[in-house]
Amino acid sequence: MSVERENDHWLVRPRTIRWLWIAFSAVLALVVILQFGIKVKGYFGIDGWLGFGAVFGFLCCVGMVLMAKGLGQFLKREENFYDD
Amino acid sequence: MTEVLPPALILLTAAMLIGLTRGHFRSAIVLLSPLVTLWAVWQVPDGVSMTVDFIGYQLEPVEGSALRRLFAMIFSLMTFVGGLYAFRHASALELAVSYAYAASALGVAFAGDLITLFIFWEAMAIFSTAVVWCGGTPMAGRAGKRYAIMHVIGGVILMVGIAGVTVHTGSIEIHAMRAVDISSWMILVGLLINAAAPPVSAWLSDAYPEATSTGAVFLSAFTTKTAVLALILLFPGEPVLIGIGIYMIFYGIIYALLENDARRILAYSIVNQVGFMVCAIGIGTQLALNGAAAHAFAHIIYKGLLFMSAGVVLYRTGKRKCTDLGGLFRTMPLTCVCGIIGALSISSFPLTSGFTTKALISEAALAEGLAVIYFLLAAASAGVFLHAGIKFPWFVFFQKDSGLRPKDAPWNMALAMVLFALICIGLGVFPQPFYALLPYPVEYDAYALGKVLFYLQLLLFSGLAFFLLLPAMKRTLTITLDTDWLWRICLRLLANTLLVTMTAANEAFSRSTWPRFDTMRTWARRHWGDQGVFARSWTIGTTAIWISVLLSGYVLLYYI
Repeated sequence: MSVERENDHWLVRPRTIRWLWIAFSAVLALVVILQFGIKVKGYFGIDGWLGFGAVFGFLCCVGMVLMAKGLGQFLKREENFYDD
Repeated sequence: MTEVLPPALILLTAAMLIGLTRGHFRSAIVLLSPLVTLWAVWQVPDGVSMTVDFIGYQLEPVEGSALRRLFAMIFSLMTFVGGLYAFRHASALELAVSYAYAASALGVAFAGDLITLFIFWEAMAIFSTAVVWCGGTPMAGRAGKRYAIMHVIGGVILMVGIAGVTVHTGSIEIHAMRAVDISSWMILVGLLINAAAPPVSAWLSDAYPEATSTGAVFLSAFTTKTAVLALILLFPGEPVLIGIGIYMIFYGIIYALLENDARRILAYSIVNQVGFMVCAIGIGTQLALNGAAAHAFAHIIYKGLLFMSAGVVLYRTGKRKCTDLGGLFRTMPLTCVCGIIGALSISSFPLTSGFTTKALISEAALAEGLAVIYFLLAAASAGVFLHAGIKFPWFVFFQKDSGLRPKDAPWNMALAMVLFALICIGLGVFPQPFYALLPYPVEYDAYALGKVLFYLQLLLFSGLAFFLLLPAMKRTLTITLDTDWLWRICLRLLANTLLVTMTAANEAFSRSTWPRFDTMRTWARRHWGDQGVFARSWTIGTTAIWISVLLSGYVLLYYI
């Protein structure tokens, strides 16, 4: 750990970031566990399953990022592509 | 017949005065005129309150309804906060054209007939182009030209449609219709071009980011949202809009994910958000139209807020690319927090305005039993959090330490951002008073616990996906091809090819065919050339002899 890193803003210190990850994971677990106490109404059946929102949200994002990556292979160009 | 002061006229007068005045007097006009306009908007009663005769038609420049007042209200509010944000930094010209642009949008909001709508529609195109040009760079100049051409084409299509509908029905009234014949289709297409619908969505992300830091705030608010209002008035429940809306939603997400320019990310997310509204208009039930109107209202505020926050960054650092930015939270805490509030609102995070308005649209899909649309909208909510909710603040304010240590926002920009941030949270925490302003009665509880939990799961796990996929989202110094390639590259190539071909053909023709006419040319030159018998000048004597010969011949012939 370089001294410089420790002198940086508290928010970007590795210790803080580790704590943020722990807190974030706890919140993620909490919103799924809460479903035991709070009923999520399933309008179309599967959307009432335990953790459906979590899995659906996660998978959709992975899908969209991968799709963007894939399209990017074909559609990305140099910044000055249109310069004339 | 006039019963009210047209709100558009107030703002248009203000725009002219901004150009004529300076100093504190101008600042007073910039800050007070939108408030007077807002007051005038509230005075507009339901129904037609002003008529003007024009080439045999009775125009209705001011027609009020709850829906029109809602849009006019947010347009005025946006002008006030945008004016507050801009008045110390923007040029008088930019302020004047921005206000004229806002006035035109108000004109559309209250237009009671198709001709008035068209006039203000075109005024909006002109003034918004001027706002883009105020960007002042060669890039802004070229982008503004492309923007103007696109909107002129849209305007012509709209005009032809309006003329067709007027001839068919004999009426210029604005009323709900379906795209059934060529005229109504042309109106629909004309409106959709302004809504940045496919295949021409590219005009938006091409032009808006080239405006100044203040100009983009105004641009983000009016053109697409007046198109949404016009669609609600003219094509509620038009089924084709559902598909178009869904396409726009995902187009916005994918392109924003690929983009490196922070302001272009926000521009793509305008297309994405307008997609939600267009889809809702396609569903067309009262709940859905309420959702579209409410979402447009909330959207103008949080999108304005996001553009303001990106604008402060651009103003302070002169940079707008994610690769150049990062770590700005250290010295720009207020801009950062306001940006995050805007980002959470656009992602429809609970307790923000996006949550209470977008939920109406999802609920409408649910009520109609549109399962696929409902799940696509949910997936899109996750995607919005990904591309705008986290990506924008993360890459601009956190990410890495770019070494930049700019000052935070100037006081007026800070105040404008804080105002909008408070409204974002206010609409999220207390939705009921806002629901009461919507065109149809609302009986909806956005904060049913099950729903909140569902969206928290959806959004928080999208956040997890973002941070896990961060390596895959490393920003590159690239742009992404769009349909504008067709007119920026393909059309120019075609034109160049045509030019080269025509030149070559012309040369070949001169070489091969001209010699055949050589005999004819020599003969013609001999007789009519400068020394030819028919062209050379004669002496007066010769002329006199010939005249006497001809005259004698004439006299002789006369007596025969």
